[in-house]
Amino acid sequence: MMDAAVFYAFAALAVLSALVVIAQRNPFYSAFALIVTLCSLSVIFALLGSPFIAVLQVIVYAGAIMVLFLFVIMLLNVRREDAGKGGARTMGGIATGLVVLLVLEAGTVLLRLQPGPAPGFDASTRKMAQVLFSPQFLYVFEATSILILAALVGAVALAKKEP
Amino acid sequence: MENPAFVHHALVLSLVLFALGTLGVFLRRNVITVLMCVELMLNGVNLAFIAFSRAAGTLDGQVLVFFVMVVAAAEAAVGLAIVIALHRHRDTLDIDAFNVMKG
Amino acid sequence: MSGPLLEELIIVFLKVALVIGALLGLFALMTWIERRALAFMQFRLGPNRTGPIGILQPIADGIKLFFKEEVMPAAANKWAFLAAPVVAVTTALLAIAVVPYGPPFTAFGRQLQLQVADLEVGLLFIFAVNALGVYGTVLAGWAANNKYALLGGLRSSAQMFSYELALGLSWVGVIMRAGSFRIGDIVESQAGSVLSWNVVVQFPAFLVYFVAATAEVARIPFDLPEGETELVAGFHTEYSSMRFALMQMAEYINMITVSVLATHLFLGGWHSGIPGVPSSGLYGFTWFGLKVGFILFVFIWLRGTLPRFRYDQLMHFGWKVLIPVAAVWTFVAAAVVTLNPR
Repeated sequence: MMDAAVFYAFAALAVLSALVVIAQRNPFYSAFALIVTLCSLSVIFALLGSPFIAVLQVIVYAGAIMVLFLFVIMLLNVRREDAGKGGARTMGGIATGLVVLLVLEAGTVLLRLQPGPAPGFDASTRKMAQVLFSPQFLYVFEATSILILAALVGAVALAKKEP
Repeated sequence: MENPAFVHHALVLSLVLFALGTLGVFLRRNVITVLMCVELMLNGVNLAFIAFSRAAGTLDGQVLVFFVMVVAAAEAAVGLAIVIALHRHRDTLDIDAFNVMKG
Repeated sequence: MSGPLLEELIIVFLKVALVIGALLGLFALMTWIERRALAFMQFRLGPNRTGPIGILQPIADGIKLFFKEEVMPAAANKWAFLAAPVVAVTTALLAIAVVPYGPPFTAFGRQLQLQVADLEVGLLFIFAVNALGVYGTVLAGWAANNKYALLGGLRSSAQMFSYELALGLSWVGVIMRAGSFRIGDIVESQAGSVLSWNVVVQFPAFLVYFVAATAEVARIPFDLPEGETELVAGFHTEYSSMRFALMQMAEYINMITVSVLATHLFLGGWHSGIPGVPSSGLYGFTWFGLKVGFILFVFIWLRGTLPRFRYDQLMHFGWKVLIPVAAVWTFVAAAVVTLNPR
C-alpha cells in the first residue's frame, strides 16, 4: 500500500514535470523540470527492484548530463523562446495528431498484455556486475568506453574556439 | 515487492513520457529544448526496459539501460558541442534559422 | 495502518529527528570551534565575550541572523533564488541519512541500526546526492543576477564536479576490498587492528580522498569559489539572513558528511583498532565520534595553515594529478584483490 502511494506520487510528479519541460518557454526552467523528472524516474526504478540503475540514473543523468545542459544554457545566455509563426502552427497541429495516434495504438497493445513481476528477481549490484562482465556483454562494455572517448574528443574538437 | 500492478503502470508511464518527448521534439523551436525532449524520450524507453526486465526476471534489460545511459551521455556531450558551434556561427538557437541545406 | 508498519514509521521518524537535531547542534558547535581554534592558531583569542569561553556565540549569531532583513535583488530570478538554499541543504542532509553512527545493537528486543536507511548501494547513493549538490551552487550563482555571484557559481560547480571523479575513484579500492557498497560491510572489512584500516592498507586512496573531499566541500585550500578576498562572497554574495545561514549550514553539513565518510571508509568506522578494547554499543559510538572529531579538526587546521589555490592550478591539479593517481591506485587495488581472493 505504501509502495503504491509512492509509485503514484512520483509517477504524477514525473508526468507533470515532463509537461513543464515541453511547455515552458524558458530553457532554464525546462532543464530544471527535466531534473525533477529524472529524479522521480529514479525513485520508480528503485521501486521496480533495480537499486543500481536507480542510483546510476541520478549520478549520470541528473548529476552529469543535466549539469552539462545547464552550463551550456548559462554560457550561451539563452533567452525565452518566442511563439511560432503560421507554418509552425500547422506543424504543431499535425505533430499533436500523430502523437495522439501513437498513444492510442500503443495503449491498445498495452491493454492486451498484462505483464506481472517474475518471482526471484535479483537486480543487486553483484548480479548486475556478473551479467555486465559476462562474455555476453563484455565486448559491448569495452566498446562503450571507446565510444565515450570518441565523444570526448569530438566534443572538445567541435566546441573549441578557432585560434 | 510482490505488487503486480507496478510493471503494467510503469509501462503506461513510459508510454506517456515517450509521447510527451516526441511532442516536444516536434513542437519546440529552441535546439537545446529539443535535445532535452530527446533525453525525455530516452528516459521513457529506459523505464520500459526496466519494467520488462522485471517482468521477464532476467537482467538483460537492466544492462541495456546501462548502455542506453552511456550512449545518451556521449550523445548529449557531442550534441551540445554542436549547439555551441552553431551558436557561434549564427548567434541564434532557433531551429528554423538552420535551413541552409533546404531545397 | 497496521501495527508493524506504524512501528517502523515511528522508529524512522525518531531516527530522522535525532539525526537532524544532532547535526544542527553539531553545526552550531562547529562554528564556535572553528573560530576559536583558528584564532588560537593565529595567536589571537577569537570570540570570548558571549558566555564563559564564547560558547554562546553560535546562539548569538543565530539570533542576529534571524532578525536581519531578507534582501532579494530586484532583477534576481525569484524562484531560483528561493530554491537554491533549499536544494543545498536538502542534498546535504540526504547524504548524511544513510551513514551509520555506530555498530548495530539490540534494544527493546529488536536489532536496531544507528542509521536512518541501510541501503544496499549506500555509498553510490551518497555519490549521487553529492552530484545533486552541485545544483545548489549553480542555482545560487545564477539566480542572483550579479557577475560576482555568477562567476563564483560557475567556478564552484566546475570545481565540484571535477573533484567528484577523483573522489569516486578513490573509493573503488575500498569497495573492492570490502566487496560491497554497503557502508556497514566496508566498516566490517576493517575489523581487527589498526593495521587493517584502509588508511594503512590503501594510503594513496586515503590521500586522494582527503584532497578531493576538501575540494568538494570548498574548504581552504580550495575555497576559491567563496574567495572572500577575490569574489566578494562568491556564489552566496546576494544572500542575507536565514538564507545565508542555510547556505552555511549546507557547507558545514557537507563537511561533516565528508568527515564521517572518511572515518567509515578509511579509519575503521567504529572499531577501536586496538585488539581487546571493546568497540560495540556505546564504545563504538565513542570511537566513531573521536575519529570524526579528529578529521574535522584537521579541516580546521588546514584552514589556518594553507594559502589558497589559484583557479587554474586547482583545475590542473584535479584533472591532471589527482585522477591519474586515483586511477593507478584502482589498478593496484584490483590486482591485489584478484590475487588474494577471499
